[in-house]
Amino acid sequence: MESTRYQKLISGVEPTEMVLNMGPQHPSTHGVLRLELITDGEIVKEVIPHVGYLHRCFEKHAENLTYQQTIPFVDRLDYLASMNSSHAWVMGVERMLGIDGDIPKRIEYIRVLVSELNRIGSHLIALGTYGIDIGAFTPFLWCFRDREHIMNMLEWASGSRMLYNYIWVGGLFYDLPVGFEERCKEFIDYFKPKMGELNELLTGNEIFISRTANVGVLPLSTAINYGCSGPMLRGSGLKWDLRRVDEYSAYPELEFDIPVGKGEMGSVGDCWDRFKVRIDEIEQSVHIISQCLERLQTDLKRTQEFDPRARLPKKIIPKAQDFYMRAENPKGELGFYFITDGKSEIPKRVKARGPSFCNLSVISEISRGILIADLIAIIGSVDIVLGELDR
Amino acid sequence: MTFEEIKILLTEKFGSDVIVGEETEGRQPALIIKPEAIAEVCLELRDNEKTWFDFLASLSGVDYGVEENIFGVVYHLASIPYKNSLTLKVRKYHDRSREELPAFPTVSEVWKTADWHEREAYDLLGIRFSGHPDLRRILLPDDWEGYPLRKDYKAQEYYHGIKVD
Repeated sequence: MESTRYQKLISGVEPTEMVLNMGPQHPSTHGVLRLELITDGEIVKEVIPHVGYLHRCFEKHAENLTYQQTIPFVDRLDYLASMNSSHAWVMGVERMLGIDGDIPKRIEYIRVLVSELNRIGSHLIALGTYGIDIGAFTPFLWCFRDREHIMNMLEWASGSRMLYNYIWVGGLFYDLPVGFEERCKEFIDYFKPKMGELNELLTGNEIFISRTANVGVLPLSTAINYGCSGPMLRGSGLKWDLRRVDEYSAYPELEFDIPVGKGEMGSVGDCWDRFKVRIDEIEQSVHIISQCLERLQTDLKRTQEFDPRARLPKKIIPKAQDFYMRAENPKGELGFYFITDGKSEIPKRVKARGPSFCNLSVISEISRGILIADLIAIIGSVDIVLGELDR
Repeated sequence: MTFEEIKILLTEKFGSDVIVGEETEGRQPALIIKPEAIAEVCLELRDNEKTWFDFLASLSGVDYGVEENIFGVVYHLASIPYKNSLTLKVRKYHDRSREELPAFPTVSEVWKTADWHEREAYDLLGIRFSGHPDLRRILLPDDWEGYPLRKDYKAQEYYHGIKVD
């Protein structure tokens, strides 16, 4: 058999070069990711990512369980953004059943509300751990402190802290608890000035800027060709957000901007731009949450009769079809491809397209000839979650 | 461009036998392409200024079941400039013999993202992509036996002395 690119790279290592393993047990790889580096002193010649340490056979499980039973597994893909993942899954199933138009408005707004809360939580982890990667410890503690409020609220609504199983096909597990809207409003008022503090501490910090600006520049054409999405793609300057492109759920009625990288501190598509896009997205999510709360407290107020489980289908058997559902997760485009046979409650084939998987694949392209310390900055700026990368 | 216009564009460029079938019943119509031509078709769809499918959203290998013994690959293309999407499929009969895997041309030259997606399809379904520069297992260990997402898959009993269940 012809030798692969990997074999050629490894057999072509010069005597002056060194093969170095970074990970899988290394905090800066954000989980169990192993990067095999070919280095010449401090210079990285080549990065070869090895993934799969957290492979849990998601697709095999999904092909043996009903759609509703798979939701807890979907939560465990991107465990930092379970709400967003199950929202995507549920919308896919609903569209296959043809009931996506009958979902009550209150349910759609609650889904968007919890998803956006979760998006903030996910971005806070991305920003906080990125600070640690660069060497700033305080932002990490601040981000986790604020995320704790989100976790508590979502726990109140769903009963669990991280893996919610809250959004169901055709409805929700429960309605929001009484008083949730008020508490969420309080959180928003508390949280807004906190972002300003974080910006003062980290975003505009001179050391931070010199570590991230002009590092790991990802040109737009490369980003598109490698299938990058989410803040990776927007950091490179493209206004591409599936919440606007596909206009799903309640998003067409909500107002928000799509932040993009502008190269303020260096060039467009560098690590600082990707970081800044996440900061700006938190602001937009806060804006979306305020609008949702407004609606949920006025014309979509809770009533005695409202039952979030009223429209749950008894049996979920979609017609025979192929369907690809995509949605904007905090990390990028999460896609589910279903093949159904029209007879069974179990899909014939499910493929999950995780954003981290595609976003990470570009890393060897943008990490040639850089310093090892810069590689840490680049991995952090990609914001991977290994649970969804390895599935 | 609509689905019909894309069909006309492809038949004009590559001849009428390049599209071997189509599925239009579902919400997302799909074109079934002649397996040998898939790489050229993809390149044309990416570079033609009327289509500009510059983004490969997903690439999935599929085993259509033990009765039919058909293997396939499904490509989900998206065009960022036109906000359009398209599904392409290739499929092929294969008798599940261990010696030779079902093979399709690689599209990793067209979209670099296909590199890892094709490795995943090879890893989990045992579909070979001819011309792929780095066809290794990606999610499973290199010495894993069999292809788990095949419909006739039976897990090995022991892996390095560890019971598999």
